[in-house]
Parts: sequence; C-alpha cells; structure tokens
Amino acid sequence: MEAVWDFLRHVHDAYGVNLVHFYDGFERGRMLRGMWTTLQLATLCILLSVVIGIVGAWVQGSRSRLLRAVVQGYIQFFRNTPPLVQMYFFYFALGPMMPRVENEYGIPQPILGSFEWAMLSLSFFAGAFNVEIFRSGVEAVQKATVEAAESLGFSRWQIYREVVLPLAVRVCLPALNNNLVNLAKTTTQAYAIAVPETLFVASQIWSDRINVFEMMVTLLTFYLLLVGAFVWLMGRLERALRVPGFGK
Amino acid sequence: MSGRVFAMLRPVAAPVSAEGGFRAALFTPTALVFACIAFASLVVAGEAWAQLRAAGPKPGLLETLWKWTPLLLIGPPREFGGFALNIAVSFLAMAIGTAFGVVLGLGQISIHAPVRRVCWLVTQFFRNSPWLVLLFFVMLLIPFQIRIGGTAIPLPAWLKATFGLSLPVMANVSEIVRGAVNSIPSGQWESAESLAFGRLQTLWRIILPQCVKRMIPPWMNWYAILTMSTPLISIVGVNDAMTLAQDALAAEQRSELLMPMYAMLLLFFFVYCYPIARWTIRLERRYAVKI
Repeated sequence: MEAVWDFLRHVHDAYGVNLVHFYDGFERGRMLRGMWTTLQLATLCILLSVVIGIVGAWVQGSRSRLLRAVVQGYIQFFRNTPPLVQMYFFYFALGPMMPRVENEYGIPQPILGSFEWAMLSLSFFAGAFNVEIFRSGVEAVQKATVEAAESLGFSRWQIYREVVLPLAVRVCLPALNNNLVNLAKTTTQAYAIAVPETLFVASQIWSDRINVFEMMVTLLTFYLLLVGAFVWLMGRLERALRVPGFGK
Repeated sequence: MSGRVFAMLRPVAAPVSAEGGFRAALFTPTALVFACIAFASLVVAGEAWAQLRAAGPKPGLLETLWKWTPLLLIGPPREFGGFALNIAVSFLAMAIGTAFGVVLGLGQISIHAPVRRVCWLVTQFFRNSPWLVLLFFVMLLIPFQIRIGGTAIPLPAWLKATFGLSLPVMANVSEIVRGAVNSIPSGQWESAESLAFGRLQTLWRIILPQCVKRMIPPWMNWYAILTMSTPLISIVGVNDAMTLAQDALAAEQRSELLMPMYAMLLLFFFVYCYPIARWTIRLERRYAVKI
C-alpha cells in the first residue's frame, strides 16, 4: 500500500494532481470516516423508509377514514415540499424543542444529534414515496388471492403480512429500487446540517488542501460506485424473488 | 399539404375518455386543508410557547411572519431573490435541461453505435450523481466570469446554480425521451417506411408527435422534483427563499419563530407544487394507453 501512496505523492510533486486524501494518513482517515457515515446514513434511511412504506400502505387499506386521511396528508405533504427545507425544519425548528440529556462530561446536549435528524427527515421524505409504491404493489395483488386467504380464516394483518406483502414487494421492487437509489443520493443533503458524511468531509478537505477538482472527481466516483453497488444488489434481490410465470 | 401538417398514423389504441375521476382528482382539497391546519396549529403552538417565556412585549408571531413575507417571496428591494428566484431558476433549469435532454435522448436511440454509447454514458453519469455534488461541481469549477475576446461576461452565482441543477434534469429528460420513443409500437416505424419516409422524417413527423403526449406527465413530474430541489442553491450561497428565511430568523433572534418560519417556507413550496402534482396525475390518466 505504501508504494501506492508514494506513487501518488510523486504524481502530486511531478504533475500537480493533488490526491492528498489518498496518500496522507490524516486526510485518508477523515475521508474513510465520511464514507462510513454515508454508508450508515444510507442504510439506516433505507431500512426506516421501507418500514414506513410497509406500515403506511397497511394503514391506507384500513377501514378508518381518519387514519387513511392522516396517511394521505403525510404523503402529500412530504412529497410536495423540498426535502432540504424539511430537513431544516426537523433540525432547526423541532430540534431545539426536544429534551436535553447530559453527556459523559456533564454538559447538556440535545437528545437527537444532526445525524439522527438527517436520518429521520430523509426517511420520512423517502417513506412518503415508499407508501405510494407499496400501495401500488398491494393494489396489483389479485382480489381472489386475498379472498382465498380470508376464507382460510386469516386476520387482516395476517393476510397483509403473509399473502399480500410478499406478492406486492415483488411487483413494486423496480419502483422501490428507483426511490431507494434516489434516497442514497439525497443523503448528501445532510451536508446542510453538518453531518460529517462524504460530501461534508470532502468540502473540508478541499478547503484545507485546495484540491477541488481532484476531490470532486473522487466524490462523483464514490457515489457512482455506491449507487452501482446498490443497483447490483437490488438486481440480485429482484432475480432471487422472481415470481415464476411473470415477465420474461 | 402545408408544411405544418404532421403525417400522423393513428395510435393503435383508441383515445381514452378519462372523464371520471377528473373532478375528484383536481378538486380534492383534503391535502391543502391539512397543510393549512398544520400551519395554523404550528403558529398557535409557537405563540403559546412565546407567551409562556415572554419577557416583555413583543410583536405577535403572525405579525412578524407577515412582515417578512414580502422578503421571502420576492427578495430584498431592488434585488432579485426569494421564492420568485426559486421559481425563475426552476423555469430556466427546466428549459436548459429539456433542450439538452431531448438531444441526448435522441442520441441514445441513434443508429450509430458510438453516438448511442456516449449518450447513454453521459445520461447514466448525470442521472446517478447526487444533485448537491453536481451543484458544487459546477459552482466551484466554472469561473465567475468568462472572457471572450476583450469582453468579460460575468456569470452570477444564480446562473451557475441554474446550470448545475439543469444537469440532472437533462439526464432524466433524456431517459424520458428514450422511453417514449421506445414505447411507440414498431408498426409505426414499419408503416412509415412503407410510405417511403426517411428516418429523420419518420422521427420528426410520426414518432415524436406521438411521444409528446406520453412525455408530458413524467416531464411535469420532473419539473416538480426540480422545483423542490431549488432550495439546494441556498447551500452554495444564492439569495433564494431558504437563505432569506435564515437571514430573517437571524435578524429576529426569536426561537419561537423557527417553526412558523420554516413551516411558511414549506407551505410556499407546497402551494406551488401540489397543484402541479394533481395536474400531472390528471394528465397521466387522460393520456394512459389502455390495452
């Protein structure tokens, strides 16, 4: 590894291509921690937003008009307002109203930090789309299947969990993938509330080391690799979950 | 035949009458009512909180919000900014993005393999990069002015930001165009060929006119997404509604104002984007091809 760093150091000295975030141990550590934060943020948001989507789609099928209206209001609100303003609203407006806890040094600090707020707001944003996506999948499940389950004495939640959802997930997986990729890209917005994710760390490094262009190329490559890996994984999942007799 | 008449082969499916559900789709005020109630309750909650911790007479919350509304909407006097700038940026970015996107999309269905591949690559690159990273890329790597001959043309920040936002739009419009052209039954191409239309003629006079209808709903969808991404330009230092809201909050120094102010900003966008979303759904229903 050391040889590679030496080579990059040489490239910097000889050609002025400043890849300091690779060969300098300190900057490399920052960068890797930033990437790790992005991965954590993306994973947690994806999981949470899928849970929101599943629960929301279930509630949308409930008999209570009020519950349905609440979910509808949630969807429309989060779909039609900018995710960045949502994030600011969560962090700057709701954040200060939260109770404070004392940390290990005896200093009071908010119970939820910027990472947690970014996670929550991004999950709610993507969750609103996920509810719609899962609902479209649920609607695609044939009535006869549900009726058959009913006649076998399944309860409403059981039908949803055991019969409808497994079929719905397979139907809506492509749309879900799309939205989750979008969510992974939107995690860059956490930059705005100073979550130390990749973009934030990168901007710190390019301010310190004045290597904007090299940093930008690294950033874009990182996100393309991230999205590529995710798409590949989801493609595998799609193939593994394929229902025989549908599609090609 | 005059030049403006399109030789259009009728689509295979008969036009669908989608009258049912129109009214319902356009006039469901539930969500709007919801938003207004939420906003009102936020103001009331903020007001109550303010009174709880009031230390001397202060102007009411609604009064304060009202004072800042013109600034948020049209920016400071003799300067272009605020929500109007957000909308202007969204229009301009959409126009640029659409123009380049159509070219790129047509490139993706070109009969020349290298053109097709390059256009595909460009599309995928800009489609899969985060908006904010692209925005930074453009903001930091395009100079603040360009010199052509002896004249320097200044490039203000908002113009660069517009260009940055138009890149992902371009890539997505490119995909919309490709998808729409591919969704036209190949019988259209074959019948055009049998009528001795060239490739360009077929594309221009038969395929594209049919595509327009299919492209409008997803295109509008992307317009809404773009509009909701315009606050990102506040991060790179453009005087949009988001920046001004933060300035106003900094000037007021009142924590109880935080929630109502951000809620008001959300409401601006909601009032603008929600009708577009409803309209898109309506058009989608009308233009849906029933098989």
